[in-house]
This record gives sequence, structure tokens and C-alpha cells, in this order.
Amino acid sequence: MESKARLDVNGQLTLKELPYIIQWDAAKCTRCGQCTTVCPQKAIEPAVFVQRVVTSEGPLPLPQSVRQVGQGIKQVTDIERYCVGCGVCSQVCPNAAIFPEYNPVNKFAFHKNQGGIPHKRGGRRNNTETSTLDKLKFTRISMLTDPALDAGRHEFHIRTLLGRNLAPESMPLTIKDDELGLDEMAYIPPTREIFPIRIGGMSFGALSPHMWEGLAMGVAYLNEVENIPVVMCTGEGGMPSRLLKSRFLKYFILQIASGYFGWDEIIHAIPDMQEDPAAIEIKYGQGAKPGDGGLLMAFKVLELISKVRGVPMQVDLASPPTHQTKYSIEEAVAKMITSMSMAFGFRVPVYPKISGSQTATAVLNNLARNPFAAALTIDGEDGGTGAAYNVSVDKMGHPIASNLRECYLNLVKIGKQNELPLFAAGGVGKTGSLAANAAALIMLGASGVDCGKYIMQAAAGCLGDEYNRCNLCNVGRCPKGITTQDARLYRRLDPDKVAERVVDVFKSADTELKKIFAPMGRSTQLPIGMSDGLSIGDKAIADQLQISFAS
Amino acid sequence: MCRLSAIISDSYFSPMENIMALETMKEGHDGSGLGLVLRDLGGEFENLKEFPILSGICSEAGLKTMDEYMVSLGFKTKYLWDPKINEAGCGIKSRGFYFARAYEYPDEIKDADEKVKFDLLAQTRLDLREMGMADESITVFSFWPDLITLKEVGDPLDVGIFFGLDQKSLLAKNIMAQGRQNTNYAINLYACHPFFLEGYSTMTNGENTAFIPIREFLTGRGLPGYVGYRSDSEVFCHILHYMRKQLGFPLKYYKDVITPLFDREMTERSDRKAIELIKRVLRPLTIDGPNCVIGSDIDGTIFMVQDAKKLRPGVVGGVPGKYALMSEVCGVDAVVPERDRSKDVFPMKYDMVMINKDAKEIKIWNQKHGSMSTVN
Repeated sequence: MESKARLDVNGQLTLKELPYIIQWDAAKCTRCGQCTTVCPQKAIEPAVFVQRVVTSEGPLPLPQSVRQVGQGIKQVTDIERYCVGCGVCSQVCPNAAIFPEYNPVNKFAFHKNQGGIPHKRGGRRNNTETSTLDKLKFTRISMLTDPALDAGRHEFHIRTLLGRNLAPESMPLTIKDDELGLDEMAYIPPTREIFPIRIGGMSFGALSPHMWEGLAMGVAYLNEVENIPVVMCTGEGGMPSRLLKSRFLKYFILQIASGYFGWDEIIHAIPDMQEDPAAIEIKYGQGAKPGDGGLLMAFKVLELISKVRGVPMQVDLASPPTHQTKYSIEEAVAKMITSMSMAFGFRVPVYPKISGSQTATAVLNNLARNPFAAALTIDGEDGGTGAAYNVSVDKMGHPIASNLRECYLNLVKIGKQNELPLFAAGGVGKTGSLAANAAALIMLGASGVDCGKYIMQAAAGCLGDEYNRCNLCNVGRCPKGITTQDARLYRRLDPDKVAERVVDVFKSADTELKKIFAPMGRSTQLPIGMSDGLSIGDKAIADQLQISFAS
Repeated sequence: MCRLSAIISDSYFSPMENIMALETMKEGHDGSGLGLVLRDLGGEFENLKEFPILSGICSEAGLKTMDEYMVSLGFKTKYLWDPKINEAGCGIKSRGFYFARAYEYPDEIKDADEKVKFDLLAQTRLDLREMGMADESITVFSFWPDLITLKEVGDPLDVGIFFGLDQKSLLAKNIMAQGRQNTNYAINLYACHPFFLEGYSTMTNGENTAFIPIREFLTGRGLPGYVGYRSDSEVFCHILHYMRKQLGFPLKYYKDVITPLFDREMTERSDRKAIELIKRVLRPLTIDGPNCVIGSDIDGTIFMVQDAKKLRPGVVGGVPGKYALMSEVCGVDAVVPERDRSKDVFPMKYDMVMINKDAKEIKIWNQKHGSMSTVN
């Protein structure tokens, strides 16, 4: 006998396969339809269905059950329209009738490769374990032998140097009448004194104009009003030419990456620049997707971006995995550093950024020998991206703490830890502890850190998290207007509010850094490499990082 | 807390003066040890100025090893000072053979320049230290002309009696004494102040919170003398050595190296560009206190300097011909009671107080104003 309902539904998914399941309360829902309108995935749609309604009329309870047709919300099971859990439905719901719930037993990864196209997304590694950075504790507390400082009253100098430092023995100094003088003809590499937390490279293109503008305004305010010299990296893709020619350029690190997007504009703007940029970052790798170049998907290449980048509209902008001119670190990287230095009259620090890797020390040792290499930024596996293959984001990359530490100790061994500053990125502030993560990396040997994902979350309310929530950055449908070029979406984001939050973030990080350094008795110089102040409750990690074990 | 007691004079005096000054400051130290560096020696060593003196302690086996090694290098004993150890009543147990032994240089370098001679002295001391480290059979503190180092655990007065210093067996014109073992770490004589390296010595009151980055910077210089670091204060001596010997900076720049000015404070300095660069390039050598450092330069100039914010007690006072650099005024009172106390100098955050070998006057270098003033 044939069954009544046939199960020949191959390829159809149930809700249990999806990463987020919409919880909808029929009784609370007013059927206004706003949730279905705002859903970036069209994961929910209006639906009609038969429902059983129990009613009782008259003075005595006489319940009657009737079946009737009702209207409501239905979550679709189409894998292309899966609910990303962003939650904008609950944000617009007037009656708290709907919210997405994470489904820990989902089988999303089994199905999100339809048509032979692997899953691509934005965001960072979907890993919810506590990172090493968050496990590190500050345990050297000054008390009796060394009175602790007062974070509120003592003067703190929370600054770092971005740029190459000379070897002590090669300082061009003269001595006359018991006084040192400087040989002014000698070349001294440029350095910048900056706040040790930078905003890492997020491109004008990956970010919406409102987001980018908000960050830039916040950075300018921090420098000019709050006296906190925060610098921000442009990412690959240049920047608006009016900013290139403005006095604010000094707060920006211009990034050049393998697609060279935006550099035509930059090169042509050089003669008109009022200020030098803070630095030039040559991106060789990105922690979130090592081995991949930048990727700006066609959805986001609209008029403004095509103009700034000098490309046609609505084409995928995939930067190559490596610079086409690069064939060896010994020559090509050195040449690129020298060329960029020369373009800016040797007045601007030029440094590479690489993804965390077991080979980082090889890069480092080469840079250590290059007198024009101004620094090295290492971007760890927990870094974010605007667009990448999920497999790259989730599985590729090196944890930042151990990579940074290894590189720092390598520099210590050759006595160049002050000559070539290291900057660490990737997962800084992953769980909200921006200052603590930064301080830990500094004490492991970083001269400073970058944050990207954190600043999107804190300053603009980015919804992404390590449960693969939202992460729609790549397709231009960011429901918060942060990573989209669609004016209908980015007008949701007020640049002034972003700027205000950027200022909040750095002012509070400045205070928190003082609260960390004060009890450890440090205020004059950033405690770079003060590893005796750190402990961790994991013996193996303690041994690897050469810090104390405390459980 | 530690207590520091340094005296510089134009005539010879006994280290018991330093020890008695430490006695007056006893409330401030726990009597856990005594270290002494004596320079410009008198008494038995007055006529041995050019001969390097090896100071240390060794066991019987260590003595044999040491002698064999010194002979193999060609050093010949010129004079031996071995104190008459007085264990009675002071509760200090002898570790063996305490000595300050003056040597003649090996024949082949007798006429060599100072650099060759001094390099050999430094390397010999390091070799002996290494040879005796494992079984603690040899402990050497210094090997330098006209300079003796003594160290032992115990109350400073007891240690003085233990060495028979009350018998005026040793005299000098420049003596640094520190009245406390380094109790922050395991007790070890190599952790005891004052520290010495190739003619430079320092002793410190306070904990060095920037110890690890400074140590790592120094050890990365590739110089053989930058070893040890049983105490976080040893780096103060090595910083002095590094900036004086390796970089050739005048002594007053010690202040700019360990406590650089903020950029906005540099406006009055005519050497602003140089100190801006020094600040950047020697950034890891910045200390963060709380420290009072007393040191002695290779030429016998003695100095006192404070960290920039968390001052530890320190005062300098005296009369032309004799000055005391002490942790407390009572220490200065004990050494130079007849001075004009209104002329006492309490070095503050920008000050570096220096007294030349002739002990004629106090010079105060103000780092912020870039000016030198004198008090006599």
C-alpha cells in the first residue's frame, strides 16, 4: 500500500538543518509584515495555514474547536535563503513576536555548497572557544616592594612607536664639550608616536561610505580633541581623493595590496598632499584568509567604489593571492619597501603585513636586515574579513599569541626588538576585552595591535559573531549598513553616531590600559615584552609563550 | 627596603664609616646583607694602583682551580689580602677563603693598551664565575685595578666585624655600601648590590618594574659581560656600562637614558635632537621606578639619580673633601656631622647629582633645564 504522503523530497531541508530557527509567536504577532520586509535573506515570508482555534462564548465555559485559515510567518528551508540569525526581524517587530534562535545541531556546512560553489562569507573564524588572548592574566601586581601607581592621578604615556629605529651603535651622534649633538646629514628612519591600538585595514568598498566616514571622523576627533593619536588603516582600495589631499591624511595608514586598487588615485594625489600619511602598509597576507587576496564581490562594486578604484561597476574585484611583482622576499619585497619609501621621500614608515604563519620568522629575519622595513604586522587566525571562502576563514591561519611571541623572542635573540616593531592583529577584542587583549599582546612583545571586527561591533553594532551570525558582509546586504554599498541599507547607519562610539571605544581603552599598567607599576613606557607580568593557567601554553603558569 | 650608603672623600677612610651610617638607617633595612665596593684604595693597596685586584670567595677546591687558571693565563700574584675572618659573635659562617688579590698582568700584555688589558680582566672574571658557578666553589665579584668588592649575607655591622673591617684593614676614598640582600629573589651573593662591570658600579634602592625588557635588550647586545641578573637591579650597572663604554655618552646622559623627558619637556635642551633620538633608540632601557640609584663611573665620579616619579629616599650632603650619598639624612649626619645641613641636596625627578673624584663640590645636573649647578 502506498503511503499517503510520499517522502520523495530529496534536496529539501527541514528547519533543523538550518543554523538559526525563527521563533515566532502567533499570539503576539500583529501581522504588520515588517520582519519579512527587512530580512536580508528573505528567510521568512508571509504564509497562510490552517490552524485550530478554541473558543468559548456565553456565560459558561463551553470550549469549541474550529479549524480556520490563518496568516502568519513561515521560515523557508531554501539553503540560499537560510536565516543568518542577524535578528533584524526582532529589531523591527513592534510586539516582540519574533527572534532567531541558534540551532547547535544544524547541518549547514553539509548543504551550503550548492552548484559546486563553496560557502563564502564575511566575519571571522566561527570558533567559540576561549582564545589564548582571553586566557592570559596580569599577575605581577605591585604592592609593598613597589607601590602601585594611581591610574587616575599619575601621568601615563600610553604611546608606541610605529617605524624603524636605528641600532644603538649606529646613532649619528657627535660629542662636543660633554654634550651630544646630532649629525643632521645622517638618515634617520621616520617614526610616528601613536596610540598602541590602531584601527586595522578595512577597505573603502568593503565598508559602506557611512561606516568609513564615521571611523574617519572618530579618528580625527581622537587626535585633535582628545589627544589620543589613533591611526587607521585604509585597507585595500584607496580613499576619497579629497581626504588624500586634506590635513587629515596624517591619521591614515595607506594600504597597498596585491590588486593595487585605489593606488592610481593615490599616486596622482601625492603632489597635492598637505601631509604625509601615517605609514604605508604593504599587505601580503590577511589572518582571516591566508593565501587569498582581497575580494570585493560584484554586489558592492557600485558607482562610488568603481570611481575610487578605477574599475567597472558590478564586477568581482578579486585581488591576486600575492603581489604579481613578488618572486622572492630578498629582492621583490625589499624593492617594494624601498619604492614606496622613495615615493614619499623616505619620510613615511613602510611596513609589510602578513598573515600569521609558521613561516613568519623567516619573513621577520629578512625584514630585520632591511634598514627600510619600518615594522611588521602579523595578522592571526581570528582576524576578520569582508569576504572569503568559509574554509579559509575557519581553517586557515595561525593563532596570533604564539606567532607574535615567537617573532618577538627571535628579535630579542638578535637584539633588534626595538629596531623593528611588531604589531599584532587578529582576534583583538574578540570577546569585548579590547584593552586587556591589547595589553597582553604588548607584554608578549607587540608594539601595538590592530582591531577591525571589534570596532565594527562596538562602534556600529555589527551583528556578526562566532556562531556564524549574520556574516553577510560579502554580499552587500549588511542589515546594519556597515558593509554594504546599497544606499537603502547604509542610510540606516548614522556616521556621527559611529564617530561618537569610536571616540568612546578609544577613550575607555585608554583608561583600561592605565588600569592594567598602573598596578604593575608601569606608566612611562609601554611595557613591551614585559612578559613577567603575564600568566596563564595552561602549562603547555605557558611554556610555549615563556611566561609563568598560574592556575 | 634597601638602604644605600656611599662616601667619597679626598682622604682615605674605613668602610666602617659606611657601615655605621647604615646602622643609623637600620629602621629602613632588614639587615640581610652587606655589599661593598671600594675604589681608590689606600692602606695596603695604596702602592698597587695599577695592578688588577680579583675579589671573591672560594672553597679550598675552588682556590686550587682558580690558581691554576690564573697561572695558565700568565697572571702573577702581586699581593694578597685575606681578611682575618671573625666568626665569633656575629653568627655568620665562613664560606671559605675570602680574598682580594692583586695580580701582575701576563708578560705578553704588560705593555698593551688599556683596552686589551681590560678585556682580559673582564673575560677572566666571567670565566672564573662560570667555572665556579655549578658547585659554588668560586665566586668572583670584580677584577679591576684599584677596586675591591666584598659581599656577605648578614647584618651589615656583623658583616663588617666578620671581615675585620673594624681593624682598619682596608681603606679607600670612594666606598659604596648597600645594606640589604636582594630579598625579592633567592638569596645569592651574585644578587647582592653593588653590582660591578668593567669599572662601573651601581647600587639601587627599589624594585625595577621594567626589568625583563631591559634585561632582554642588554643581553641582545652580544656583549659577554651582560650576564647574571640574579637581581633586577643589576641592569642599572649594565646600562651605565653600555651607555658609557659602548656608546661613549658623557655621564650626565645616564639620566636621559633611564628616565627620558617627555618631548614637551625637552624645549630648553640645546641637545634636544640628540636626546629625542636617544629616547627612541634606547627606549627599552627606560626604567619605571621606583628607584634611587647610586653609581660610580669608571673615573671615580660618584652619582645619585632618581626615577622620574616614584622617588625612593636619597640625600647628598657634606663638606668639601668629604661627601655622603645616603638613603637618609641620619646616614649623612653619621658621616659628616659638621656640615651645613641647609646645603643638603635631595635629588628630584630631573636631577642627577655628581661628585668628582676630588670630592670638592656637589654638581647637580638638571635634565629639564640642561643646566649644571654646584654646591660646596
